[in-house]
Amino acid sequence: GTDTLSLVSLCSPTVVELNHNLTSVIPESALLIIIGWILGGIIYGADKMQTFTLTPTVFFFYLLPQVILDAGYFMPNKLFFSNMGAILVYAVIGTCWNAATVGLGLWGCWLGGAMGDIDIGLLQFLLFGSLIAAVDPVAVIAVFEEVHVNEVLFIMVFGESLLNDGVTVVLFNVFDAFVSLGGAEIDAVEIIKGIISFFVVAFGGSLVGIIFALLISLLTRCTKNIQIIEPGFIFILGYLSYLTAEMLSLSAILSIVFCGICCQKYINANMDERSVTTVRYVMKVLANGSETIIFVFLGISAIDPAVWVWNTGFILLTLLFIFVFRFIGVFLLTWILNKYRLVPLEFIDQVVMSYGGLRGAVAYGLVAMLDENKFKEKNLMVSTTLIVVYFTVMLQGITMKPLVTWLKVKRAAVTELTLAEKIQNRTFDHMLVAIEDISGQIGHNYMRDKWHNFEERWLCWFLMKPSARKSRDYIFNIFHQLNLKDAMSYVKEGERRGSLAFVRNETKADVDFNKKFRASFSEIMPDIMADNMGPDHVPLSSILQDIVPSVCLDMHEQDLTMRESEDFNAHHLLQQHLYRGRKQHRHRYSRSHLETNRDENEVQEIFQRTMRSRLESFKSAKMGVAPAKKIQTKHQKKDKPQKMPNGNSSDKSKNHPYGDKDFEFSEGDCGSGGEAAGDLFPMRAYRVEAGIVNPAFMAEMDPMDNMQQIPHVALLPQTLNSFDT
Amino acid sequence: MGALQSLPDEPEYRDLSEKTGFSFEQIGILHKRFKQLSHNEDTLRRDDLNTIPDLSCNPIRTQIIEAFFDKRNFHQNGEGTVQEISFEEFLVVMSHFRPPALDMTEEQREIIRREKLRFLFNMHDTDNDGTITLEEYRHVVEELLSRSGALGKETAKGIADAAMLEVASISMGHMEPDEFYEGITFEHFLKILKDIEIETRMNIRFLNMDTTNLCKVNRAYPDCTSLTKYTDKLLESCLWFGFGLL
Repeated sequence: GTDTLSLVSLCSPTVVELNHNLTSVIPESALLIIIGWILGGIIYGADKMQTFTLTPTVFFFYLLPQVILDAGYFMPNKLFFSNMGAILVYAVIGTCWNAATVGLGLWGCWLGGAMGDIDIGLLQFLLFGSLIAAVDPVAVIAVFEEVHVNEVLFIMVFGESLLNDGVTVVLFNVFDAFVSLGGAEIDAVEIIKGIISFFVVAFGGSLVGIIFALLISLLTRCTKNIQIIEPGFIFILGYLSYLTAEMLSLSAILSIVFCGICCQKYINANMDERSVTTVRYVMKVLANGSETIIFVFLGISAIDPAVWVWNTGFILLTLLFIFVFRFIGVFLLTWILNKYRLVPLEFIDQVVMSYGGLRGAVAYGLVAMLDENKFKEKNLMVSTTLIVVYFTVMLQGITMKPLVTWLKVKRAAVTELTLAEKIQNRTFDHMLVAIEDISGQIGHNYMRDKWHNFEERWLCWFLMKPSARKSRDYIFNIFHQLNLKDAMSYVKEGERRGSLAFVRNETKADVDFNKKFRASFSEIMPDIMADNMGPDHVPLSSILQDIVPSVCLDMHEQDLTMRESEDFNAHHLLQQHLYRGRKQHRHRYSRSHLETNRDENEVQEIFQRTMRSRLESFKSAKMGVAPAKKIQTKHQKKDKPQKMPNGNSSDKSKNHPYGDKDFEFSEGDCGSGGEAAGDLFPMRAYRVEAGIVNPAFMAEMDPMDNMQQIPHVALLPQTLNSFDT
Repeated sequence: MGALQSLPDEPEYRDLSEKTGFSFEQIGILHKRFKQLSHNEDTLRRDDLNTIPDLSCNPIRTQIIEAFFDKRNFHQNGEGTVQEISFEEFLVVMSHFRPPALDMTEEQREIIRREKLRFLFNMHDTDNDGTITLEEYRHVVEELLSRSGALGKETAKGIADAAMLEVASISMGHMEPDEFYEGITFEHFLKILKDIEIETRMNIRFLNMDTTNLCKVNRAYPDCTSLTKYTDKLLESCLWFGFGLL
């Protein structure tokens, strides 16, 4: 029955994915709808009636929550909240405007006789207007996924589509109640009740979401010993927040959105990395699956002559009105908003925003919920809704990309932020706060800073594990990622070359450091990841090719003991102050592609960097030069091998790291306690997650007694261990 | 500038307005703030700025405060630092954070952008040799991590090294084995940050309202822990948050 059909429809994306050229022209959602039509046709042909439709219950309780939870969990919070004002304006005022104008416009036309003779009234028009007015999050994601507009534009449309549920629910219920009451009973009291109910529904829903977010965060804080079921909690509690809000007649979508938004930071910090990965992937799977089923069913539901009522006037006028009034609404509101915004929204952006007001399955779900007895023209409304959905998703979806290209809309930047940019961003943050303080103003930045301090002081203390608290800073996460990538590349390379270099040895292994360290250097950007190992980060990605690191392998036992030590949260400390991650700035919004960094050059860059710092410290130590004012960068843009520190000092004589293509370190490097050189032995103390310890990045730990040994570190064994255990 | 009277002095304000681009009201407000900070004197010293309580937990406050006393930011082609600044200089430094007017041409925006980035560059390039050397950059990163103590220092070094490396690789491209990368010049700096949206990153809205009253609490009762101070602040915050939401 429905299950088989769902399974079949889940297979459709694979069909669709087979041809990427196709999907880049026609959005996946449109293709899915077409598949739905085909399937619907087959079923109808077989059964002579449409046995499968998208019922509101199935849609609202089984299909929609995952999509919204996914949206909330992966929401770029900083971007969202800094544009919150504008988003709210569009969501609330914009939706009300749309609902009112469409409803009244249609009513006017009906009075004028454009629709012929249908049994309908003003209130029903208003109700229809309110359910058709709302921009749909599922459709927006589906279409904008291919398009990659700039992040501000995206967050406006997307944020609006999520937050307008509060308005939609209220308007729908209010007008539904009014229709039941009949026109005569409506007086000012009822209207005021309606307005109050908006606030209750919206804020109540958000509050429920936030409460559940707190619950989830607290839960993850306590689940250290039962890590395996952590992901399960997230989904269960997320869904619970949806159901609770629904039960209390509050806005369920708002509830689950805020649940996702508020908890993401804390659960990503608290949970084990593997759990985080699990949650990310399962979330995407569920959301993708739901979306697919939704669109396919939207297609199937159309192939049902029983619901088809064609009224040219009604349908065409609806299409016209939603389109035109959307444009008018957006332009009007933006004109007002631009007076207050620091960065005004451009004309082109407004056009895309208006054009991107897609209607989707939520509207269909709502219209299917209407009671036939009260709404004599329900079938007409259903048909119209379906046509509107098809029009927006398919037509506007297909033409969105060409439009965006033609209008030269500012697109999302594809490149990573450089380290320097990230440092600057953080500097900017602090600078703006400082200037606001000096000029005596209470502005945006001041508030943001205050919230940040409050959050750090109270919320993190309450909601985060003690160990996670120390590590919640962005910078440390960067190093964490870098080191992980280092480790991954080591593994990959070792496996590729046969494990000679990676022998796990209990004794202090004298590894041969003469292995050629081939790397082709080029312009490189590091993959600096975000925010508390945010959902975007994939610890298990690995790319590498031709890099052979040489490894030091003597650390397992020592490291194990040091694991708990709190001194070595270098990478965690960093998070605290420096970087805001790329997730924040170059957010790619994609349902199907999790951002995994596949830049080969990064890993090379890491090695290069490692080499540099070692080089520098070596030089300063060896040549009595103070740690350089100038950074001596050796850019080996040619393919040259580099040598790793040679523990065996067979090349002690070749003491010239510079000017020599294969520069080598002797262990004198390790031995000389230049300030950075002393850092070369941190690995013992390093925490297990850290991956390769870049000596320059590590604080001084207890230097090995036996300086003869290999300075370079690979936490390869640790990393492997951690993945095994 | 000579002594500034407490009443808005039209000709002087007009001068300042032309020079810095602020409106008269904004200049008036900032003037009040200036006098508040400087205890009604004509010049401001570093100590005056140091007493701002909120500023004390800002990791880069020394740099910011230094920026106010840095002659390079006064747009007079001066160099070095001063011990005190007048209101005009205060205003000039503040004007770096003013959002560009809506009716500016592309070139003017470019000029403004360059100015702002120059300000930033000067903030980092403390010895004014035209380049941000590794040491200076390390110092920058250290300040940002200054709340983390000794560990911060170590890691700051590492990050700074990494960032410099990256900058070098972007700016210099291919380098010979013997070449040294001296430091980040202003041109390199521009190149690195060319993608940053300077408008959102470095602009403050100088509101046309009298805000100094609201902040008087800071100055008048720097150590006050009374409830009124917090409720006052709370009320202000609600007010501005509501406004600031937009």
